[in-house]
Amino acid sequence: MINLVWLVPLFPLIGVFINGFWGRKLPRSVIGGLASAMVGLSFIVAVLIFFDLLRQIQADHHHFYHEVHLFTWISAGAFEANIAFLVDPLSTLMMLVVTGVGFLIHVYSIGYMDDEPSLARYFTYLNLFTFAMLLLVLGNNFLLMFVGWEGVGLCSYLLIGFWFEKQSASDAGKKAFIVNRIGDFAFILGVMLTFSTFVNLGDFEGNALNFYDLFQYVIEHPTAIPTWTFSLICLLLFLGATGKSAQIPLYVWLPDAMEGPTPVSALIHAATMVTAGIYMVARCHVFFLNAPDVLAVVAVIGVVTAIFSATIALVQTDIKKVLAYSTVSQLGYMFLGCGVGAFTAGIFHVMTHAFFKALLFMGAGSVIHALHHEQDIRNMGGLKDYMPKTRWTFLIATIAIAGIPPLSGFFSKDEILWYAFSSEFGHWGLWLIGAIAAFMTSFYMFRLYFLTFHGECRVDHHTKAHLHESPSVMTVPLIILAFLAAVGGFVGIPHVFHVPNLLHDFLHPVFAEGTERFMHESHGAASTEFLLMAISVLIALAGLFLAWNFYLKNPKWKEKYESALDGLYTVAYRTLWNKYYVDELYDLVVVKPVRWTSERVLWKFGDGVVIEGIVNGVAKVTVFTGQMFRLAQTGYIQNYAVSIVIGLIIVFSYFMLK
Amino acid sequence: MTGLPILTIITFLPLVGALFLLILPSHKGDLLRQAALTFATLTFLISLSLFFGYDATNTDMQFREFIPWITAFGINYHLGIDGISLLLILLTTVTMPVAILSSWTAITERIKAYMFVLLLLETAMIGVFVSLDLVLFYFFWEAMLIPMAFLIGIWGGENKIYAAYKFFLYTMAGSVLMLVAIIAMVYYGYTQLGKVTFDVLELYALDIPVNWQRWLFLGFFFAFAIKVPMFPFHTWLPDAHVQAPTAGSVILAGIMLKMGTYGFLRFSLGFFPDAAVSAIPYIATLSIIGIIYGALVAMVQPDLKKLVAYSSVSHLGFVMLGMFALNVQGISGSVMQMLNHGVSTGALFLLVGIIYERRHTRMISEFGGLTKQIPIFAVIFMIVTLSSIGLPGLNGFVGEFLILVGVFQEHAGYAAFAASGVILSAVYMLWMFQRVMFGKLENPANKLLKDINFREIIVLTPFIILIFWMGIYPKTFLDKMEPSVQKIVERVESRVDYWSQAK
Repeated sequence: MINLVWLVPLFPLIGVFINGFWGRKLPRSVIGGLASAMVGLSFIVAVLIFFDLLRQIQADHHHFYHEVHLFTWISAGAFEANIAFLVDPLSTLMMLVVTGVGFLIHVYSIGYMDDEPSLARYFTYLNLFTFAMLLLVLGNNFLLMFVGWEGVGLCSYLLIGFWFEKQSASDAGKKAFIVNRIGDFAFILGVMLTFSTFVNLGDFEGNALNFYDLFQYVIEHPTAIPTWTFSLICLLLFLGATGKSAQIPLYVWLPDAMEGPTPVSALIHAATMVTAGIYMVARCHVFFLNAPDVLAVVAVIGVVTAIFSATIALVQTDIKKVLAYSTVSQLGYMFLGCGVGAFTAGIFHVMTHAFFKALLFMGAGSVIHALHHEQDIRNMGGLKDYMPKTRWTFLIATIAIAGIPPLSGFFSKDEILWYAFSSEFGHWGLWLIGAIAAFMTSFYMFRLYFLTFHGECRVDHHTKAHLHESPSVMTVPLIILAFLAAVGGFVGIPHVFHVPNLLHDFLHPVFAEGTERFMHESHGAASTEFLLMAISVLIALAGLFLAWNFYLKNPKWKEKYESALDGLYTVAYRTLWNKYYVDELYDLVVVKPVRWTSERVLWKFGDGVVIEGIVNGVAKVTVFTGQMFRLAQTGYIQNYAVSIVIGLIIVFSYFMLK
Repeated sequence: MTGLPILTIITFLPLVGALFLLILPSHKGDLLRQAALTFATLTFLISLSLFFGYDATNTDMQFREFIPWITAFGINYHLGIDGISLLLILLTTVTMPVAILSSWTAITERIKAYMFVLLLLETAMIGVFVSLDLVLFYFFWEAMLIPMAFLIGIWGGENKIYAAYKFFLYTMAGSVLMLVAIIAMVYYGYTQLGKVTFDVLELYALDIPVNWQRWLFLGFFFAFAIKVPMFPFHTWLPDAHVQAPTAGSVILAGIMLKMGTYGFLRFSLGFFPDAAVSAIPYIATLSIIGIIYGALVAMVQPDLKKLVAYSSVSHLGFVMLGMFALNVQGISGSVMQMLNHGVSTGALFLLVGIIYERRHTRMISEFGGLTKQIPIFAVIFMIVTLSSIGLPGLNGFVGEFLILVGVFQEHAGYAAFAASGVILSAVYMLWMFQRVMFGKLENPANKLLKDINFREIIVLTPFIILIFWMGIYPKTFLDKMEPSVQKIVERVESRVDYWSQAK
């Protein structure tokens, strides 16, 4: 079955072709069904591959990865990039998440986009995205990963700007692509540095782009490559990851990306694409572990992003913006996990986050759909009575993200925080910041939940009359995801409970060899782990409690805080509301100066005045010289005769005097 | 080589076609168009036999033809191609029918002269790629200028005379210096070999002292650098492009700019390897400036054609940089990028031409929101735009990435600067695309725009196929060129080793 892995990306690609070429002629009901079915088929194949892989690993645990070579893509000299897929536990897990959650979101889209005229275009892009994302996770080499990496970026661009007639939507799409390109710039430099480093090693015999060839070599020759090379490679790769996975300093595109249709936000900007950076760092963990300085950078950027965007999420009132900043924040946690060497924990959070964040977005989409594209939570409230399924599933997701046991988010977040504290690359400071951000997460998520579903209904009368639960094509995916968000955490129960950690065991072969040299079993005592776990739970509950009082039970509390802090509160609030003015800063420091320089200095002055001046100057000098000579052409014989005489005198005198 | 003189046939078939047009009545527009198209298509079909007949395992010049001509001066009719010229010839023969078909309705005056000039141009361009004799080469090189200058000067836009002059004089100035260098080199060959020869392969064998090489390199440099055009010799290009008719722009960007890069590859590297090596820092610097400068200036252009013209400066900077990495990846990428640029930029000019024909303006500010009005055009435009910004899976990426890999191994700093072009190309292309195609359709003049018609789809099809083909399976092309590229690299390396040992 593993040899048929190419079927997984192939199905969505078929969907792209059918809907892309004939979608306009197909009946509307077929378009979405077909696109969903394609991803569904991919999911089925992925599941079969998963079981096949499990069986093979059980038979021989050294045999945990398989490469399926299709054809050579680019070759020139020693450079050879193949179209070849890699099936190992890590890529299989990602493949399952992408196709599984992807399938649910495709189905959900059928309902959400029911009144969209360009349905075929929508589903073509969505299938294309799935295809590209699968290339990204399945590629066995850096270059094929980069194909997927850029491909998902393209689909993100197309889908954010899906409603391209809206200026803000097409701006946001363009911004996403360009900011991602800045990351990609670093990423390809990292890939090239990798290639040129390895290809020049005398005893490296593999393909210098192929993941396992590279990693096996590094594991077998731990000192062949200087640390600074690894540091540089990893720093470049990580900068690429900050683009795709929306971390400081390149996170700015993700909040704007909410201009896209809501299922797109769920699929691309929450569950799958934005986790590509974490996947890539985990995939390259062998490199990163050899660059401990960069790991520290990863952890710090991760945790700082986590708290930074959590603070912004505290005050936003657009339901999707809150979720967007929340996503940035949660991605920060995943990087924190990777940064302290807990790659399994990072991937675990990728998985659980895919469940609950996709669910949150789809729940938000359900609300937005019912309220005719109203996104401001100040105009919502009390929806629990009108939309019970949406409400309950949203609540489950909220509890999950807040980190309240036993829902999934608790397990993955707690594992990250525990390693942040106890790992050899960890630090109590990282834990502390992570814990504070966790408190904020709980607070802003319950704020969102209470303001949307509880309290009095602030929806206008006209809309209120039509309020209804979404159709089952939308709610069934919600319920399935709610189930996953609730129980998904049980695959990764902490070791202190002495039950098998299924996820850890599954991923173990991928991470074991690389991490052996650096990591030992966490050295914290079981009692410490229990204590920190208890603190996590209390923090989450505290967030819930505070939000409940502020926004439901005792609004006076909130007013009291506000008046007590007075001026400070206003300044802080405004800063957060305006997202720390980062967009304005980038505009002022980068965008405007570049545009001005290009137009005024380079084009109008450089080309227009300097170069053209010289070129036309040469022409003018030529014309001028010609005219000078023309003056001599008088046509009078006498003048010529005089010239001849003068010339003769000069020549003769020259020879005489010589 | 026995059998049919295939290179001669391919080179001169368009000329035969041009002469044939002369006997047709000038008022029968369609007949003239069809005749020209037939000849160009026939040339393309015959040139395919080169592709299938070319033996990539053999690194010698192939399909050689040798007829003594002016033997006293060692001037011969000597033709032959390697893997690199093979691909450039194919680019030429595939572009010409497209160019003719694209002018179907755009050109309504002096059709006979127009088609005549186009076919003449084709012969001259193919001639440049097949010549293995410097006199023959120079003849074709100069012969190219005249039809192109006419194309701009007669069928061009408002400021056509100025642009035609500028194009002609600018490139002519460079060529004259090359002529001097050719004569000087032949003279040196005479002192060394004891005979006068203009034969490229014989001159390759010369062992020219480095200080001679530097001067000769410089002589050739201006001719080629202007043609490429490298920064700062590029200012003729925006004018020529803006004024030229669509087909002129397509040919200019698609093929004629490659003459410069081809010249560097075939002659500058071939004859003067030592000088080439010592010129690396200068060429690389100019190329990198070209990449970044071209991109930044393209970004702020209000005119679509100027934007594409400046983007060419940027793309050709990549070609030059990759070539002077002087390793297999760099040069393969460079050749690949020549083809890519021909395809992508050719297609861009066609697309601009299509809306220009309908709206008689190329100002970006005149457009906006066209996607709703002309959806098929929008899809094709998007694909070409993405190909131009080097999206993996499409053609542009392959060349760009190989170039960067090649350059990175020699000088990581150059590659880092050049790679910033990857960001900038996304900026200027997507911003342009947004302003033209996205947003609301507000300008009433655009509300009558008709979508792309069947003929225009046919015109664009070859390029669209190539965009995907070269992006997904570039091996077809890389396999053909690799041995020839290898040969160039080995030659340069052997020289460099020789000199480093001599020290």
